[in-house]
Amino acid sequence: MRRSGRPSLRRRQDMDTSDSGGVTPLGRKTAETGINFTSTTRFSRGLTFIRTHTLFGQSPARRIIPQTCLLQENADPQKIAFLLRKQWTLYSVTPMYKFSYGNLKEYSRLLSAFVAAEKRKGLAVEVGNDLGIKVTLSTLLGLKGTDQDQVAILVQIASRSQLPCENAEDKVVWSGWFCCISGDDLLESVPDDFTCLSLFLANGAESYTAIVGSWFQKTFDCYFSHLTISPLNLAWMAAMWTGCKVDSHMAATELVFSVPCIPQSLDISYAIHPEDAKALWDTVQKTPGEVTQEEVNLFMDCLYSHFHRHFKIHLSATRLVKVSTSIASAHCDGNIKVLN
Amino acid sequence: MHQRGTAKNPKQAFQVRRSSLSAWQIEERTAGRKTVDLKRAQKHEKRKQQSASVQPGNSTQDHLEQALTYFERVKDYIPLKKNEVLQKHLTTVESIALQRGLSPEGLDVLLNVALSGHLADTVNTRILKCLIPASVIAENSVVSAVSRLCVGKCSGSTQLLFLRWLIAMFDFIDHKEKLHALYGFFFCSLQDEKLCPYVCHLLYLLTRRESVSIGFSLLFLFFQGMQPHLQALLSLYKLFCPELVSITLPAKTKTYFKNSESLWKAAINTIRRRNQGTSPTSQQLILGTGHPQSRKRKWNTQLILPACSADTNNPTRSKEINHADILSHSESFPVEQLHTFSQLLQNIHCLEFPSQMGSVLRNSLLLHYINCVKDESIYLRLYYWMGQTLQEECTWYKLDNQQYEEEFKDFLDIVYKTECFLQEGFSSCEEFLYKSLPLWDGFCCRSQILRLVSWIPLSSFSEMKPHLCEPLAQLFFTSSLYFKCSVLESLKELLQNWLNWHVIQLDMESDPKISPLNTTLSGLVNSVAELIHFVGWIATVALRLENNATFLLYFILDFYETVCDVYLKYNLPLLVMPPPGVFYPALLSMDAVSLNQLCYIMYRYRTNLVAAKENELIKKTILQFKFSSQTYQEYNQYIMAMVGCLWTSSAFQKDIHPQGIRLDPEVLKKTKVQEVRNSFNIVHHPALMGYAILFLQQVRVHLTGLQGLKLFIESSINRVSQVSQTKSGNAQV
Repeated sequence: MRRSGRPSLRRRQDMDTSDSGGVTPLGRKTAETGINFTSTTRFSRGLTFIRTHTLFGQSPARRIIPQTCLLQENADPQKIAFLLRKQWTLYSVTPMYKFSYGNLKEYSRLLSAFVAAEKRKGLAVEVGNDLGIKVTLSTLLGLKGTDQDQVAILVQIASRSQLPCENAEDKVVWSGWFCCISGDDLLESVPDDFTCLSLFLANGAESYTAIVGSWFQKTFDCYFSHLTISPLNLAWMAAMWTGCKVDSHMAATELVFSVPCIPQSLDISYAIHPEDAKALWDTVQKTPGEVTQEEVNLFMDCLYSHFHRHFKIHLSATRLVKVSTSIASAHCDGNIKVLN
Repeated sequence: MHQRGTAKNPKQAFQVRRSSLSAWQIEERTAGRKTVDLKRAQKHEKRKQQSASVQPGNSTQDHLEQALTYFERVKDYIPLKKNEVLQKHLTTVESIALQRGLSPEGLDVLLNVALSGHLADTVNTRILKCLIPASVIAENSVVSAVSRLCVGKCSGSTQLLFLRWLIAMFDFIDHKEKLHALYGFFFCSLQDEKLCPYVCHLLYLLTRRESVSIGFSLLFLFFQGMQPHLQALLSLYKLFCPELVSITLPAKTKTYFKNSESLWKAAINTIRRRNQGTSPTSQQLILGTGHPQSRKRKWNTQLILPACSADTNNPTRSKEINHADILSHSESFPVEQLHTFSQLLQNIHCLEFPSQMGSVLRNSLLLHYINCVKDESIYLRLYYWMGQTLQEECTWYKLDNQQYEEEFKDFLDIVYKTECFLQEGFSSCEEFLYKSLPLWDGFCCRSQILRLVSWIPLSSFSEMKPHLCEPLAQLFFTSSLYFKCSVLESLKELLQNWLNWHVIQLDMESDPKISPLNTTLSGLVNSVAELIHFVGWIATVALRLENNATFLLYFILDFYETVCDVYLKYNLPLLVMPPPGVFYPALLSMDAVSLNQLCYIMYRYRTNLVAAKENELIKKTILQFKFSSQTYQEYNQYIMAMVGCLWTSSAFQKDIHPQGIRLDPEVLKKTKVQEVRNSFNIVHHPALMGYAILFLQQVRVHLTGLQGLKLFIESSINRVSQVSQTKSGNAQV
């Protein structure tokens, strides 16, 4: 299945909501025996908590779907609407050092100048001046899974229109946002100097993403890496999104599989009527509000056998590369689009 | 004064040529300044006195005095043509200046006349070209020269030459406070197109943190263009005031200023040599941190290791620094300026960490610093960065890995060197190994990966086993002899690192009352024991696979040389005997080196066991850690087999080890080998055959070079005689 040999998603890069069965065998072992050598070596001091969580990229066996609305009341509907219906490229970000929510304005000024300087290589720019480019950092309230989660941050690059028209509005040319993945056990033990906004989503020209990313890397000593989604996680998404109720427009549930062929790879698109998919999922899911790995496997196996009956093709031997439902769509390359 | 100036000077950030003249300047400065401040009349007197006291033969000095007096008296325009007096004096000044340099007051006189406009341009040029200081240049002379520029009497080319001279001689000016006061004047001269590059260079040398005001930086933006000299100055402004200016320098530019020094270069070098005794290497003018930014990535444009630069962007952190300034009246010391160990010692209280912690890997001074700072955030920053970098750069996750492999190798080498330097493994590295070893082909970056294995921090072995041992064992069994030996070597180093770590821990926690030590110690003993057992297991299998190759056996026995001394050398109550699959191939080896190594190992085992027994007897108290009787038993079985084999010629009869070489007499008979009993004793052992022949040839009694065998014979075979001598001789080892 995993032809490219890419590393599977690490736990803290998982995009889904909280996990309950998250203790790895390692964590348990250490706790039981009470022997913990690593705590005595300096470079590992205080890092034990991370070991237990990131060492192995296993997906949790079970996830709870929160019954409460993820969006809290203080959310700005305009901003949230802005996030919808856009193709976002995913990046994972290590905790940021000395990031302060109080300095967003100052960061905006500096980042504006940095972007302008990068764009006009070799020419210095004055910080805070009108550069034709304006970067704004703002908070995205209400996007929290749990209370401990850090507040999400929205970064927008707007370019001023050239015409000196009075009500000419700035045109957003690039946007990106950082958010905290709820259920991130990292949070509890990370010192105060660090801010965990481990997921970064970008929409717009990659050159801007690179500029903004390198500024964050330089300023807050963090590391951006492109995030891919493994077929296993895509299957999870397919199952969980199928199970969601959608009131308005219903789009078909579509799964795209890639067949490694020479000279050109072959893509198989498998579209299912959303109601049929939902009906199948309802028969598979045992406890409402909870999804297990077995259920996900069973759901996919049912779809595979149905497909095999008609086309005599074993989809289980191919690679799931894309999932799209009425709720959202996700591609294994790390692109995601939330529709509803 | 000067020292402080150099240390805090921004120029170092860009590695601009600066010489350290402090050593000799301190002496010269006082004298120099005094003389310059003297009034003219006094100077005349002094000169007269000097000339009066001139020693015979020192007439050049006289000529110089005359010339200087002549130039000093110039009040009106004097043409050069047909003016023999001027010609003569000019030649005198030139020849002496190039030979010995000029005194501060001489320079003062000549500077004044050159910029006065009284002389022809060619004369001015000749004068400026020979303005070479013997020691220092008085600041006052420079200031008055600059004031003459303002009068505007001298031509453009003379002004230009003066600026070049000023840049070249910058380091020889004794003070710079008044020059700094002229910053605004120089700044205004930027408008002059011809002077601009040199003014930029001068400003670059003059700029200090406090000179960068809002006004200057804003004004300066008017002048800017793509010219490198302007970019260089701007980038300096940015360094001091990131909140005012932002600039990205194009990567390809290397030189930012025109060379002003060329005219005086030889002369300056002569002066320096004379003044310092040694010839300082002329440093090149390089801007930036010096890493070429050729990079394939669109994203993450820097090399794997970020460049070491101070934290200037983050207002949160700069604010903190300011706050600290108020409290301690000291500025933080930027990392770019840290070049020597003494600088580190002087500034260790106010050292700033780089904005990207990963850059410390290249900077051994900062690694020293890290070693003495107890700040958890340092390790966390390193941990996050390194973990991600290893994951992202790891070659065997990439399809087109050819391109990146060399780079990744370099990175792993740096990580390994850092671990050696700090004598400690990184946990991000450990995690990387655990995650990546199962996917490793055992070929890519082999030596780097195996070396990193040796720095895996000591942890419980049950945790290590599935992630390290299993993938490693799989590769081990299926790979070449050379790979096997490399793995054994790195496991030996791993063991040694663990043991060293334990010894250091013991030193630090010498207080026996600390109770957690006990649990840790038992855990430690278990882990070390399991590692040794693991190596014993793979060694046994490998010996079979490789037909007891001597090369392999050497690495295995090398490992056991560490194992047999764990108790005495590392103070760890643990002794693990080699498995029979290692012991017997070594004993019956065809090679003297292996046999000798085995004998040495058995000798060390004995020393350790005897010491342990003695300790038990002396202390009488119940020791928490005691070697089990099984260890002694195993040792005794081996030693009996060994003595039987090498000495008493009864190897096939007396070996009582269950996996030993005991054979039925019936079977032995069937082999039809004559004198089976003797075939492995010290005289007939195949490994020692060469020595036996040598012995016969040379009839020499002592066994050259076989120290291990000698020790073994002394300790285990001649024991009977020893026991009779010292009755107290212990232990039925």
